Amino acid sequence: MPAVSVDRLSKHFGGRHALKSVNLSIGEGEMVALIGASGSGKSTLIRHIAGLERADAGSGAARIFDRAIQENGRLATDARALRREVGVIFQQFNLVSRLPVIVNVLVGLLGRIPVWRGTLGLFTREEKQLARAALTRVGVGELAWQRASTLSGGQQQRAAIARALVQRARLLLADEPIASLDPASARRVMDTLATVCREDGITVIVSLHQVEYARLYCPRTIALRDGTVVFDGPSSALTNAFLTELYGEASEELILPDAPLTEPARVRAEPVILAGAAVAPA
Amino acid sequence: MTELTHHEGDTPFVAKRDWTRSAFNILVWGGLAVLLVWSWYPAEMDRWTYLFTDAGNMAEYASGFLSPSFSDLDYYLREMVLTVQIAVWGTALAVVLSVPFGILSSNNMAPWWIVQPVRRLMDAFRAINEIVFAVLFVVAVGLGPFAGVMALFVHTTGVLAKLFSEAVEAIDPRPVEGIRATGATKIQEIVYGVIPQVLPLWMSFSLYRFESNVRSATVLGLVGAGGIGQVLFESIRGFYYAETATLLIVIVITVTIVDLISQQLRRMVI
Repeated sequence: MPAVSVDRLSKHFGGRHALKSVNLSIGEGEMVALIGASGSGKSTLIRHIAGLERADAGSGAARIFDRAIQENGRLATDARALRREVGVIFQQFNLVSRLPVIVNVLVGLLGRIPVWRGTLGLFTREEKQLARAALTRVGVGELAWQRASTLSGGQQQRAAIARALVQRARLLLADEPIASLDPASARRVMDTLATVCREDGITVIVSLHQVEYARLYCPRTIALRDGTVVFDGPSSALTNAFLTELYGEASEELILPDAPLTEPARVRAEPVILAGAAVAPA
Repeated sequence: MTELTHHEGDTPFVAKRDWTRSAFNILVWGGLAVLLVWSWYPAEMDRWTYLFTDAGNMAEYASGFLSPSFSDLDYYLREMVLTVQIAVWGTALAVVLSVPFGILSSNNMAPWWIVQPVRRLMDAFRAINEIVFAVLFVVAVGLGPFAGVMALFVHTTGVLAKLFSEAVEAIDPRPVEGIRATGATKIQEIVYGVIPQVLPLWMSFSLYRFESNVRSATVLGLVGAGGIGQVLFESIRGFYYAETATLLIVIVITVTIVDLISQQLRRMVI
């Protein structure tokens, strides 16, 4: 049973064709990168899978664990129940900045505890311990009672992952989770995502701007261009040369000139990509 | 702008453009003048001379201020406290009701077929003055403070619901989406995503309306809806200048104290 299957999904925003009949299938426990230049449809696709956006009428379906969250441009009636299975992490963290971190994490329980108890904020001691444990696991346990707004970007992002853990999500959709973070925080967030994928068997789909992170953390990459899937396969196949072939000029946007991560030798060996960029061979 | 036109180095172009501008200015100011002349006699503005010919009456009031009578002071203070108590309940009820009404009249929270009717109802609440509501409630529930509470309650609900909804429409939608993505209900989205964002503003608005309501409550007594206004009305009608002066002093001091406290509280919540 695939964790996610997308079948002929199309979306127009006004006159712009943001998704063009996208098909894909992602197995349970996979960690998949979604790459593409800005405007290629990564976020749009993720928001459709999460049921936060509705596709065009007459287009296909997005399914999570074989249950449609939307079909033919309409949200499923049990979309709320399905969202419980899905944790979503956003570029801008989407925590409620005035609430303590632990309350932001407890929000992850809302779909699973009785509605009246969740609405009144009556969480049990066990539930609070669960939230505290999740925060400790992602490395921000000591910040539990601080206001979310006092945390750094990377800490907020990891708190958002803790929320998904508490939610017991089986699928984690991360929409550009590291785009506004410095390299060190970005690595910690990606490490955390990889850990929950490996240890908890949570399926992770992460959209990324930089292909280096995809190559390092995700065995499989799906590449989008102008709302179409242009590549779906092993991340190792995504050489810089191949990226240039896929995206032409726009590929520069996908490659960090000061790539901190993988195989620096290979990056340097392909000066075509780096033409005009700041880094020259040492 | 005017300074620029008189500048020596001006080109004819600037002068020409200023012509259309001054034509517009003449129209605006001329229109205002016509409006004022048209309203002169209906508003009985020609009676302005009485300000001087009958100034003796005013002088008597003024001298009353110099020799206020404090013999009934504790009665006045009791009435003043009652006035504040009317404002407390009128505001409290309005705040409670403005939360649902404010959310239901926010475009980002409810569909238009709910927003529009709720907004029109709030417009009506707001359009009708507290005194008018007080007269209506005196008829409905009888003379006394309760009619005043109801009058403030209805009018303030109209005002606060509008202010509350403006705050709700200005929220950051992303945290709300983050909560929706966990499978929360619509109400839970509001409790965890919307209310924390708007709470400081809501509290500030509510305190400000409480200040205004203390002021409004001092005149509700004029129509028999309780509070110090009733005493004030009687003493003015009876030409008791010294007592009137004392009442006005009590009102000014109380309103000032309430304003100061509420301002301080508002500064704390924002």
